[in-house]
Amino acid sequence: MVDFGFGLLASSRINLDLFDKEKFDSLAAAEPDVRKCIACGSCTAVCTAGKFTPTSLRAAIEELQNGRDEVAMNMLKGCQLCGKCTMVCPRGINTRHLILSIAKIYSKKK
Amino acid sequence: MPANIFPILAAQASPEVIDRIPSSYSHFVIPFVAGITFFLVWIFVGFIRVLIQLNHDDRMKFWTSLLNPITAGKNIRDLFCDCLFHTKIWQRKPLLGYMHSAIAFGWFMLIVLGHVEVALFVPKHLSYGEGGLFYPIFYRYFVWIRPGHESLRGAFFFFLMDFFLLYVLTGIGLAMFKRFRSIVLGMRHTTKPSLADRVALYSLWMIFPLRLLAESFTADLSGGSFLTLGMNHLLHFLFGDKLYFQPFWWAYSICLGTFFAAMPFSRYMHILTEVLWILFRNAGLKPSHPRKGVAEAEIYACSSCGLCLDACPMNVQKKNLKYSSVYFIRFLRRHNERKIAEIADKCLMCDKCHALCPVSVDAPALRRAQRQTTNDHLPYDYSYLATVPVKLYEPATPRHPEPATPRHPELDSGSNSSKVLYFAGCMSHLTPRIIKAVEEIFKKAGIEYVFADREGGICCGRPLLLAGKTEAAAKTMDANKSMIKASGCKTLVLSCPICYKVFKEEYNLVGIRVVHYTQYFKELIDAGKLNVGKSQEKIVYHDPCELGRGCNVYEEPRTVLRQVGDLVKAGHEYDESICCGGSLGSLTLSQNDRRKITDAAIKDLTVASPDTIVTACPLCLKTFSERSTVPVKDFAEVLTTHCA
Repeated sequence: MVDFGFGLLASSRINLDLFDKEKFDSLAAAEPDVRKCIACGSCTAVCTAGKFTPTSLRAAIEELQNGRDEVAMNMLKGCQLCGKCTMVCPRGINTRHLILSIAKIYSKKK
Repeated sequence: MPANIFPILAAQASPEVIDRIPSSYSHFVIPFVAGITFFLVWIFVGFIRVLIQLNHDDRMKFWTSLLNPITAGKNIRDLFCDCLFHTKIWQRKPLLGYMHSAIAFGWFMLIVLGHVEVALFVPKHLSYGEGGLFYPIFYRYFVWIRPGHESLRGAFFFFLMDFFLLYVLTGIGLAMFKRFRSIVLGMRHTTKPSLADRVALYSLWMIFPLRLLAESFTADLSGGSFLTLGMNHLLHFLFGDKLYFQPFWWAYSICLGTFFAAMPFSRYMHILTEVLWILFRNAGLKPSHPRKGVAEAEIYACSSCGLCLDACPMNVQKKNLKYSSVYFIRFLRRHNERKIAEIADKCLMCDKCHALCPVSVDAPALRRAQRQTTNDHLPYDYSYLATVPVKLYEPATPRHPEPATPRHPELDSGSNSSKVLYFAGCMSHLTPRIIKAVEEIFKKAGIEYVFADREGGICCGRPLLLAGKTEAAAKTMDANKSMIKASGCKTLVLSCPICYKVFKEEYNLVGIRVVHYTQYFKELIDAGKLNVGKSQEKIVYHDPCELGRGCNVYEEPRTVLRQVGDLVKAGHEYDESICCGGSLGSLTLSQNDRRKITDAAIKDLTVASPDTIVTACPLCLKTFSERSTVPVKDFAEVLTTHCA
């Protein structure tokens, strides 16, 4: 391969082939609200746990769609289900159930 | 006569009666004996099973509670009030209370008096070898009066038996009427009976009319009073001198047998299980599994009466009737896993069904136990909790408008013992007007306080508990506990009832007083530290679920509000108050359904057209504010506007 002197960083490359449609569909079946997210980030802004550890529902949903399940799970493992995100979500997403459903579906090994 | 003092020992029948069938047996008792034997074996096995399923600590707690005189007294009172008189239903719906107590207490008295009669007149038949199982039930068939030997005590019992039979019959009459027009008895919705329920229900309906018929047919021979003798005269008038009573005793026995055989599969299992549940309840046992042990006693103690249907806030829409506690418990009984999981997640955990249940079946606790089975093992990582900096903020002084630099509590925890620790909680941080008002009141009353989470703290753990993540909740609570202990404060004030409940009940903060701000501000007013003035403002108070039903704090906020304005009544108050719809308890209830609940609650609160709705929970405040046309204020806010 010719070295052009620059390249893509592997860590930021999005590989949509890794997107697990089946899992995401079962997530959407368990909590259809996942498709309502407009990635506004309100949830992340108010997050109680997010003050102390990287926690973001917005990012987690995005990472799931980018096929980076592991990263998404790490974004939510500190969540304390306090419900502030539900209170501020402009789309009325049932965030707590969404977080539980993600944990349920994506923690299962294939 | 000594024989009458120890009637079981007496072999001779009393002179005023004829022990008509000394062999103490007749074929017609077979259906009854078969039914009751099956039933007795079933409940004995069930009882042993429940005891085995209890964990060791619970079992010890149960046995010791039976020996404790205070619990024993409470047990006896509750058994009479809850199982026989149904006082809790009487208080809310008198006609329904009459119906239930007529059937329960009336039947109980018939059984007791039947045994007393046997003990007095034919004592040897109390022994099981002499037909003790069925003799008191069919006493009038086996024992006839000796003509010319009628006695006063005999007549007294005839009267009592007729009286209680009539009492039960009026209850049964109301029960039949209730099937068609339940609203007359105060129930908007009733449960749909299952097949076994129907079999048991119809045989129960038939038992007492058949008993009346059977006893009426023999009343001239076996004795009777106003009811059975009266009927007997009528029957003689209709059918002539000779009455064939045998078929009616057969029918009566068959009905009883059917009822007892159907009982284990029907809701009527509650009649005996609620005794066990009341003992468990008073011993302080809580279900740790949604189906086994304590839960099993609880599930079978549910009488499926359906009082929780009208109570449930989800049922403002008829389509949500199926999520009520009564159906949840029914599906638990049937092991319908799919439905169990669905219904368990829906509930708002407002605890109203528990508060209004005639035997206090704690359905929300069962739902929590069910959620635990699916959610407790979900992955989480709370290692960051150990690194959360403990920052306690002193209030800003006029010279330093910005909050003073946080100091390490360990350095000055000794000086904090006279101060109050204020923990706002996640929700209050989203409604900072509460925090502002609370701080203002602290300042006005000259209270020295420490703000635990001015720049954000961690969650109290209650939402995790409600979601069934018990282990994660315990970790969270440990982290908070060390923060509170490190502060050195001896009083913890909370402005969120969700936090209050968990800090009070689960944290076990020895030496630290945990109070809700409604309680604390009332104390400040009582002590004269805070002066409030009365206005003409018409105020209605909404009981937050976690504060009212959850922690039994009803009067403190009301007393204060009466001092600042004209407190008017809501449609439903105290333990009947309706959830705001914003509860964290529900995992899956949709926003649409929640909105309908909110609207219903607001409509109920504004029946007396108040100027302001006042609540003492940030979650209720936010939920109501979004939908209400009447201004919604927080308790502390109202207080600041009326403070001198």
